[in-house]
Amino acid sequence: MALRTPLYELHVALGARMVDFGGWDMPVAYGSQIEEHHAVRRAAGVFDVSHMCILDLRGARARPFLRYLLANDVQRLTLPGQALYSCMLNESGGVIDDLIVYFFEESCFRLVVNAGTRDKDLAWISSLAGAFDLHLHERRDLAMLAVQGPEARERLASLLPAEHRDAALALAAFVGAQFGDWFVARTGYTGEDGFEVMLPVSQAAELWRQLNELGVMSCGLGARDTLRLEAGMNLYGSDMDELTDPLESGLAWTVAFDPPERNFVGRDALEARRARGVERKLIGLLLTERAVMRSHQRVVVADVGEGEITSGSFSPTLSQSIALARVPAATGAAVQVDVRGRLLPARVVKPPFVRRGKTLIET
Amino acid sequence: MSNIPADLQYTRSHEWLRTMADGSIEVGISDHAQHALGDLVFIEVPEVGRELAAGEACAVVESVKAASDVYAPVAGTVVAVNAQLAGAPQLVNQDPYGAGWILRLRPNGDPGQLLSAADYATLATD
Repeated sequence: MALRTPLYELHVALGARMVDFGGWDMPVAYGSQIEEHHAVRRAAGVFDVSHMCILDLRGARARPFLRYLLANDVQRLTLPGQALYSCMLNESGGVIDDLIVYFFEESCFRLVVNAGTRDKDLAWISSLAGAFDLHLHERRDLAMLAVQGPEARERLASLLPAEHRDAALALAAFVGAQFGDWFVARTGYTGEDGFEVMLPVSQAAELWRQLNELGVMSCGLGARDTLRLEAGMNLYGSDMDELTDPLESGLAWTVAFDPPERNFVGRDALEARRARGVERKLIGLLLTERAVMRSHQRVVVADVGEGEITSGSFSPTLSQSIALARVPAATGAAVQVDVRGRLLPARVVKPPFVRRGKTLIET
Repeated sequence: MSNIPADLQYTRSHEWLRTMADGSIEVGISDHAQHALGDLVFIEVPEVGRELAAGEACAVVESVKAASDVYAPVAGTVVAVNAQLAGAPQLVNQDPYGAGWILRLRPNGDPGQLLSAADYATLATD
């Protein structure tokens, strides 16, 4: 049987169309996915992301362990509540998963990893953690809601006890704090401002209903996907996986090669590849024809070679199709995409396509 | 539950047919189909005058998440297409049996494999 989040009954009661997502029965949309998308760009929407896996890592050597486990460097986390995006690599530099790590205190960090990779992530982390004397605790007692959009922080803050509101609104980007039972962080996966809230399972449906009453629209995974693609954010399993590395996935900025003495899993492989020259790159594409690019479609680069769409969709903000594609490093400004048997011209653009409600590329 | 008007005929590939007063046949996709596809963003219609065999792909309905062919339910000649859909593909979501019609055919004999509303209801709930 498919896995269900603590909000499953609520989704069904709200009329959501439920689909299988990596073994989880999740809402793809409650009504129009395009309206949900616009609600987040223009006002506020709420997503159930409780299928994601929250792992608390405890032990005196938590930081040295994470500096070895992750390609980004948790040494950058100095203040409690700070968050960092990182890839977790295998020895060949392939991406096992991408994740967010929060620093709570020297002996406690929190990881949020993808739902579909939970089992292999846990096995991998446990296999490396042995020598560090750490305790790994999966927080299935917590639900997670993403409240996103220009009005999201105000709406969520109004539901916090009065004494916490100012502090919540004062959180800087990529920082979180514990307010009573809730951990509230200014993070997200939509390209808009907003919060992600981790709270006891028993309180999640009530918070959702209260947000709805404040005009925050229920949003499904369909809108989440078009929002993250417009924001130029990678999706694990589509845009990168264990057979690709961060350098060919538009994620070089998340790999901390400095300081050079820090050893992390995958470092040697990445350095060797970087010295040789990375052969492929992840680019953004914009289609001017009335058609939609989809993942796995062939990308033809004249005189250079071929690549593949890794994520493609219709962009509700731009009203045309956008995509991420992995292509030969020598690819220039224009390519063609094989869309259902027709080779259509597409323009190479630098993601993000849209952030904070604004179109960032020339259309 | 999806809406399946009793006065229309249907196909296994989720098109509906309405016989018009002049004998032409109006074709669209069912409420079940539009719901499964989600928000439609592009609709590609055939040229007027095109001859279609029963079962031939003749239009494309493309949603945010997938593109899907529409098949001619009967053989015939395309006599009209819904020009509104170029600027308002959401009509297919909002009114699949009315303003969201896709094309009209003048049938030329081959009736194809059609389903009654009751038979289609069984198929669409599977």
